[in-house]
Amino acid sequence: MELVCPAGTPSALRTVVDAGADAVYCGFRDETNARNFPGLNFTAQELVQGVAYAHDRGTKVLVAINTFARAGGTELWHRAVAQAVESGADAVILADLGLLGWASRAYPAQRLHLSVQAAASTPSAIRFYAERYGVKRVVLPRVLTVEEIAAIVSAIPCETEVFAFGGLCVMTEGRCLLSSYATGESPNMNGVCSPAAHVDYRQEGTALAARLGGFTIDRYPAGQPAAYPTLCKGTFKVDGKAAHIFEEPTSLNALAILPQLKAAGVSALKIEGRQRGKAYLAAVVRQFRTALDALDAGQAMPASALIALTEGGRETTGSYKKTWR
Amino acid sequence: MKLTLGPVLFNWPTPMWVDFYARIADEAPVDRVVIGEVVCSKRSPFRTNAVVDVIERLERAGKEVVLAALALPTLKREVAEVADLVGSGRLIEINDMTALAAVAGSPYIVGPLVNVYNEEALAELESLGATTITLPPELPQASIEILGAGKSTADLEVFAFGRAPLAISARCYHARAHGLAKDGCKYVCEHDLDGLHVETLDGQSFLAVNGVQTLASGLTVLGQEIPELETAGVLRLRLSPHTCDMVAVTNAYRDAVDGRLPPAELVARIKALELPAAIVNGYFHASPGAAFVG
Repeated sequence: MELVCPAGTPSALRTVVDAGADAVYCGFRDETNARNFPGLNFTAQELVQGVAYAHDRGTKVLVAINTFARAGGTELWHRAVAQAVESGADAVILADLGLLGWASRAYPAQRLHLSVQAAASTPSAIRFYAERYGVKRVVLPRVLTVEEIAAIVSAIPCETEVFAFGGLCVMTEGRCLLSSYATGESPNMNGVCSPAAHVDYRQEGTALAARLGGFTIDRYPAGQPAAYPTLCKGTFKVDGKAAHIFEEPTSLNALAILPQLKAAGVSALKIEGRQRGKAYLAAVVRQFRTALDALDAGQAMPASALIALTEGGRETTGSYKKTWR
Repeated sequence: MKLTLGPVLFNWPTPMWVDFYARIADEAPVDRVVIGEVVCSKRSPFRTNAVVDVIERLERAGKEVVLAALALPTLKREVAEVADLVGSGRLIEINDMTALAAVAGSPYIVGPLVNVYNEEALAELESLGATTITLPPELPQASIEILGAGKSTADLEVFAFGRAPLAISARCYHARAHGLAKDGCKYVCEHDLDGLHVETLDGQSFLAVNGVQTLASGLTVLGQEIPELETAGVLRLRLSPHTCDMVAVTNAYRDAVDGRLPPAELVARIKALELPAAIVNGYFHASPGAAFVG
């Protein structure tokens, strides 16, 4: 299985290439990609340099242009695809139907991957993208069990990539408007979720309240570490009872089930986290590199040393096990 | 403008569901009625026997009936259900790409859960046979205007009444809230006819859980915006069923789009009904969806 790793900056790209990534994915510094965070991402020139660095070391570069183009503004998304192609990127990762159609006509030789944001969850949906747009790989939404993934792999004409580690969307990706309901900005339109500009931490008595767009996402008693108020990981009240009604702050970690994912026929593993720093990325990439090398050599898998890098010190295999539902 | 009654998104008990459509058939001045289970395939078997009669009754009353496909099919059985729906020969509303793959090439309708954010995506769906395209609830006026100004052959529809659908998941939050697993859910969603109310820790109304779906708590009411929607080229308004008096809701919208009720007064008439939540309209005005822009 190919190890696909995130890079939010040129130096993160060099870090994950050096740590053993088979491929690195990144995006441009604007709303064309789903990690449109301040201080993150690549200029066209940085991408050219990044591709050169990666290719010199035998690592591929995939460029995510995976938001949904703004009506009347599709030119920006076209230009992003053109710049990715010109940089020599090995694939572009798209989600928007219109952009897929445009890119497949404008650059028929360019390898296209289907972003997780397109939420193609069945063989027939994936075949549609493969046949109509020539998509060569689909990043599967985080809604499927390992058994379902195996069934999909055997029924489609393209490769599959699945998430292996990092932040965990509990809603189907590309189909969630929670962020814009609270803040006006969403992953689909703006490439952001629960954006920092709308976050407010306020000390109220002995507790710290974390709000997003004025909505209280969580409240922390003195001494308890406060998490970032990502909307779907918040504490809310249902019938007067407070709970993490969607999901606890937690990270996906599929390290322990890599053998099953390999047996299911998965082509590539994706590490989430273009917003992460170099130390985090180096540790995660090295751990997965070691695990994949052991798996390929038929040796025992190393134990996970990643718990310290998970959100809230908690990890889950998410939808890969049916009980998560 | 024409009026579409969207599918009942909630798990209404079958007798209530049947009675609802009987009343819609007899009394609601809507042009099109979309029926069928969009959210959870575990709910549909209870209605299988009733569906044929409901369709017949609606058609006898002169309504165009459209069958909605599931929003997130993943099980083999669910994919087969979508294929069966297409095989029925009726007009289908797609709510994900699995259904699109099944209907592509024949006329079909796009529901509000498909990502149509720009003119190129719109043209792509049209070229595949879409005759009506319901735009995503978060789309602002500026985008709606650009899409409406294009040479679209499909009717544009906008979500104008109801709790806007915000997210869909593999996990059932209704079951989770009751400490149950999805497979052993005991159909607890049946008790929350407008969704399960989710409040913040400070008591702000925020969201509504409906099985694997999450909706806005705020009730979208586009009323004063009707003239702008009309100018933008929107041809259909979608009204999403709730337990409030939907005949009164559809009548108010009919009066407003036919010019008998000033759009500014539509909200007042809706507000006078017993509503499940406060009114919002933020998305249209490029504000947070939870906002009300007066």
